[in-house]
Amino acid sequence: MLSRLLKSTELDTRMLGMAFALVLIWIAFHVLSGGLFLTPRNLWNLSVQSSSVAIMATGMVLVIVTRNIDLSIGSMLGFVGMVMGVIQADLLPKLLGFEHPATWIVALGAGLLLGTLLGALQGYLIAYLGIPSFIVTLGGLLVWRGAAWWVTSGQTVAPLDSTFKLMGGGPEGSIGATWSWAVGLVACAAVVALLAHGRSRRQQFHFPLRPVAADVFLGTVGCVLILGAVAVANAYPWPIGSVRRYAQANHIAIPDGGLFIAHGIAIPVLIAIAVGIVMTFLATRTRYGRYVYAIGGNPEAAELAGIATRWVIMKTFMLMGLLAAISAAISIARLDAATNAEGTLAELLVIAAAVIGGTSLAGGTGTVAGAMLGAVLMQSLQSGMVLLGVDTPLQNIVVGIVLVLAVWLDTAYRRRRA
Amino acid sequence: MTDAAGTPLVEMRDISLAFGGIHAVDRVSIDLGAGEVLALVGHNGAGKSTLIKILSGAYRRDSGSITIRGAEAAIANPRDAKSYGIETIYQTLALADNVDTAANLFLGRELRTRLGTLDDIAMEAQARQVMGRLNPHFARFKDSVKALSGGQRQSVAIARAILFNAQILIMDEPTAALGPQETAQVGELIRQLKAEGLGIFLISHDIHDVFDLADRICVMKNGTVVGTARIGDVTKDEVLGMIILGKCPPGAVPGPGSGRDLGSLV
Repeated sequence: MLSRLLKSTELDTRMLGMAFALVLIWIAFHVLSGGLFLTPRNLWNLSVQSSSVAIMATGMVLVIVTRNIDLSIGSMLGFVGMVMGVIQADLLPKLLGFEHPATWIVALGAGLLLGTLLGALQGYLIAYLGIPSFIVTLGGLLVWRGAAWWVTSGQTVAPLDSTFKLMGGGPEGSIGATWSWAVGLVACAAVVALLAHGRSRRQQFHFPLRPVAADVFLGTVGCVLILGAVAVANAYPWPIGSVRRYAQANHIAIPDGGLFIAHGIAIPVLIAIAVGIVMTFLATRTRYGRYVYAIGGNPEAAELAGIATRWVIMKTFMLMGLLAAISAAISIARLDAATNAEGTLAELLVIAAAVIGGTSLAGGTGTVAGAMLGAVLMQSLQSGMVLLGVDTPLQNIVVGIVLVLAVWLDTAYRRRRA
Repeated sequence: MTDAAGTPLVEMRDISLAFGGIHAVDRVSIDLGAGEVLALVGHNGAGKSTLIKILSGAYRRDSGSITIRGAEAAIANPRDAKSYGIETIYQTLALADNVDTAANLFLGRELRTRLGTLDDIAMEAQARQVMGRLNPHFARFKDSVKALSGGQRQSVAIARAILFNAQILIMDEPTAALGPQETAQVGELIRQLKAEGLGIFLISHDIHDVFDLADRICVMKNGTVVGTARIGDVTKDEVLGMIILGKCPPGAVPGPGSGRDLGSLV
């Protein structure tokens, strides 16, 4: 009965399997850590920690789908982060004054532009000059890391603009209980509207429809998950220090038993979700996305169909650069400092997230949602092991083994289905 | 065959293309009228596929001219060719295996909604229509093309070529992956399209098919034309002689490649 219902929802079984694996991992860590894992505090932190990798993973999916790779994003993140740091902590204060309201937007805009340009340069070399992406981005890995050092001769840049810092999360960098519920309700309404729209469009053309039960089931599960996530984020209170500062600044007396101020959804998480939605839209609803997948499936056929394949590939690398810049902003904001080592080895985490999320290195297959789920899975493993007090070298060993195991399972699954 | 004014639908004049030192196509001239089927035959490596890939924009010729309805046609890439109404069914089918039928049919020419997003539903509707015409039992619109059988994949490639009101159709071994019943269906389709006034280039290894479907036959060997003949003016054996020996029979108009190898063979 349940399996028939699941089947009629036309959900990807692979995706369901991964969600199931994630739940298993969570429960296992919860039991092993004596009830520390599935707490609002830990889940909230997990969501913030995942967002940077998840954002880049959405772009890496498209890069890998076109049969390319990008090894440079960790270094690019470091370089762009340094430039954004210097602009807001050094350059703009001299020009506009300290904590000027325009500082954060100028710094962020410059960073996003720089990331896109770096991606465009690499994309041009790959698409138009025909240099393999592995080599171009391996070069990029060295060049951008060196450039990150060069910006300040290795000095760390701090502190950052206080508005910019909101992108990193923390008590101030979260939207609070009321707004979180509002976001949750809007998201639920969007889920219902999407399902209804899909149904009416198919009806219009007299196509076979999914059973009503399947759509109701999908909508219910979606809304429960969304509202559940909001409830968890709202159950995590501000730390006492932040509450005291807040109470002092607003002249509120703290009642006995403390003042409960909820974090709500963190801003970096909101950014990651927005990126995920935009990237899913790009990948599935636009011509650009269709071409990315067609090129990955059969580059020659895409060329013969009249697609400007080189331009599509260059655009993909530009997008990757832009996403690395967004992640750079989140990373330095979270640290409240830009260092030249920021993002070291991030490219490997991102590639692992995409691959665990079902992206085939042979090209042609992969989904944005899968890659983001992969990022959460990777981060869950890592922070779960930190909770259990596992040593760093052993953490790396476990993550490495899980990566290989996951891809092996996936390969076996695909072979059985083919 | 020409129209009332005497202008052929397509005319390729003195087309040459060399890869390195190999003359894949050497001073080839052919023409095709509206409502005519011209068969291109010859051994593997005779230059048929290269010649039609020049017309479809996949290759760029070194020299020679292409005119369509008497006007010079500038074909530098597949998009240019499509803008002249030239559609191609490639021997390799040239399908993107990982996307579904509708996505393949509209690849490069997607229908879009007013907002500029892909209109998948409208594309699926048209895909159902055109596939219904070719392969009435076909129902796997949700599957990627990879999951389809050889015959179904071939139907998709054919459907893509006829979906956009082609004027000139190039079919490179269109029945290679098909069973007898599906082959007959393609034959029927060719007759139907011909009656609608399309010009069709048919590349085939099957000499019976060629005699069945074509109006004229053009034999190529080593990148050149051995000869061109109306189907009624030559026998199958004579055509085989043209293919194997490069010998041009009296019923055919000899091309530059005729009798070239005879000296060494006889």
